[in-house]
Amino acid sequence: MQDRQFGFSTRAIHAGTPPDPITGSRVAPIYQTAAYVFGSTEQAAELFQLRSYGHIYSRISNPTVAAFEERMASLEGGLGSIAFSSGLAAQLGVVLTLAQAGDHIVSSQNVYGGTVTQFSITLKRMGIETAFVPVDDYDAIRSAIRPNTKMLFAETIANPSGTLADVPRLAQIAHDAGIPLIVDNTFASPVLFQPIQRGADVVVHSATKFISGHGTVIGGVLVESGKFPWGNGKFPLLSQPSPGYHNKVFTETFGEYAFLMRARAEVLRDVGSQMSPMDAWLLLLGLETLPLRMKAHVANAAQIAQFLKQRPEVEWVNEPAMGSIFTFGIRGGRDSGRRFIDALELWSHLANVGDAKSLVIHPASTTHSQLSDEEMVKAGVAPESIRLSVGLEDVDDLIWDLDNALKAAVLPVERRHDNGASCHPEVSKDPELIEGQPLEGKV
Amino acid sequence: MILDTVSARYGLIAGSKTVAMVGASANPLRPSYTVFSYLRTRSPFIVTPINPRFAEIDGVKAYRSLKAYAAEHGGPDIVNVFRKPADLVPVTREAIEVGARAIWYQYGVINEEAIKLADEAGLDVVVDRCLKVESARFNGGLSTTGMNSGLITSRRR
Repeated sequence: MQDRQFGFSTRAIHAGTPPDPITGSRVAPIYQTAAYVFGSTEQAAELFQLRSYGHIYSRISNPTVAAFEERMASLEGGLGSIAFSSGLAAQLGVVLTLAQAGDHIVSSQNVYGGTVTQFSITLKRMGIETAFVPVDDYDAIRSAIRPNTKMLFAETIANPSGTLADVPRLAQIAHDAGIPLIVDNTFASPVLFQPIQRGADVVVHSATKFISGHGTVIGGVLVESGKFPWGNGKFPLLSQPSPGYHNKVFTETFGEYAFLMRARAEVLRDVGSQMSPMDAWLLLLGLETLPLRMKAHVANAAQIAQFLKQRPEVEWVNEPAMGSIFTFGIRGGRDSGRRFIDALELWSHLANVGDAKSLVIHPASTTHSQLSDEEMVKAGVAPESIRLSVGLEDVDDLIWDLDNALKAAVLPVERRHDNGASCHPEVSKDPELIEGQPLEGKV
Repeated sequence: MILDTVSARYGLIAGSKTVAMVGASANPLRPSYTVFSYLRTRSPFIVTPINPRFAEIDGVKAYRSLKAYAAEHGGPDIVNVFRKPADLVPVTREAIEVGARAIWYQYGVINEEAIKLADEAGLDVVVDRCLKVESARFNGGLSTTGMNSGLITSRRR
């Protein structure tokens, strides 16, 4: 047994996955099972009473998922972690662990469109109100907190505006009010920033993004610090006898584990938004290369931002202060933006970020399209904004593609078709076409 | 000696057999019962409640005091304490007197004078930790529920 504090990259590869004790398998096995045989009726009772550790049913816990959870807890520097079927499910898991009808949340307004609708529409229907405030207006945040407010929520790097959250300052404001700071760390990943080290109490991720790293999985995860005083009187769901669990008082029975135990044993159990073992296995694999990938993402993004800044077709570039996802605007507004995206060959036009593949999208008509015009402005989405998620391809190839698309975006469509060599009848004898590669406009 | 490293706590847990649990309760909602029940059913320890309010808990005979326990069994390897901080000096004196090898103060069970007494008497001392949680850290229990055990190894155990 060692006392060494292992480094981040070592933990990204090893945390949560000692060799399988039964088979010696070095890679975490995919435990594809719904349920687990009890050793005895006494052992079964101990498990159901939450007195013993072990698996009952994969809606509540699973060995492969637990390996992913432990690795995430290690990388974010938390006490423990719970995986969910998606980032939004993880976020809802945090809310339902702390709040019920009649309660209130204060959230940064600079957040993902899906978070805005989860809070402002779905939670509202459940009787939980949300106040949205600018993440850097500290007086507004303070005055938005009410006696029934249960949490302050922000994104480390806002999607898509890139606004950074001052986590220590937000933590101070939240803690002064006796409530926790919940931080969505998806865009930074724990490689670039670890919110718990700076005072956050719970971190959530869409694991779909950098954690997966390859666009293979929809998944989410929460990590809790174990440091927040849940017994401070503001959280009766944790500090009063729970009718959902034999009248247990979670803060009394589980001490620092109170939040994690209620989130799993009641919320995950009752909501049923668990992660699948196969997805957890893919995420474990993704995490092994996370430090290397983040470095490369950031380096490519910096070069691409510099390239765009020098282009006359580009109106503005919201250079990333951190990370590899950022927005820019093309001269000519929405129409140029559409032509730009349609002309890209290598960048994938899709609604995701944090993939090894470079991705592009127009937030105003897609990820943030459910927001009102006013909400869109608040979230930092301009009508002409184009969001890039810079991948791991050769940066020269990415720039080549952007260069072509920028040129196409500023040319009138008619001119391209009238004068473009690719559409000229004589070019049909072009060897490329004969070899069966149709040129633009021919198919 | 105060055991403030993972390896030292592992050494204590791996090298101990008997645990006398001072303040163990038969009330299923109490943390001490949770720990007692876990150690009784899922650990290699022989765990005994020390509490004058109970004759037995889950079929395990309870003793009025550490002295009463030691008269039959000798000094325990670990005295595991679930008492309020103000009660710790007499409990610690008794643990030293009966020849306990180690004293383990649970979460929030902290009294500097008692810690000093035990340390100076040569006992191994663990402060503000849970014997259930630390046992589960080493036997893989914590890891089954996504808790951060802090353990990294490529050895098969």
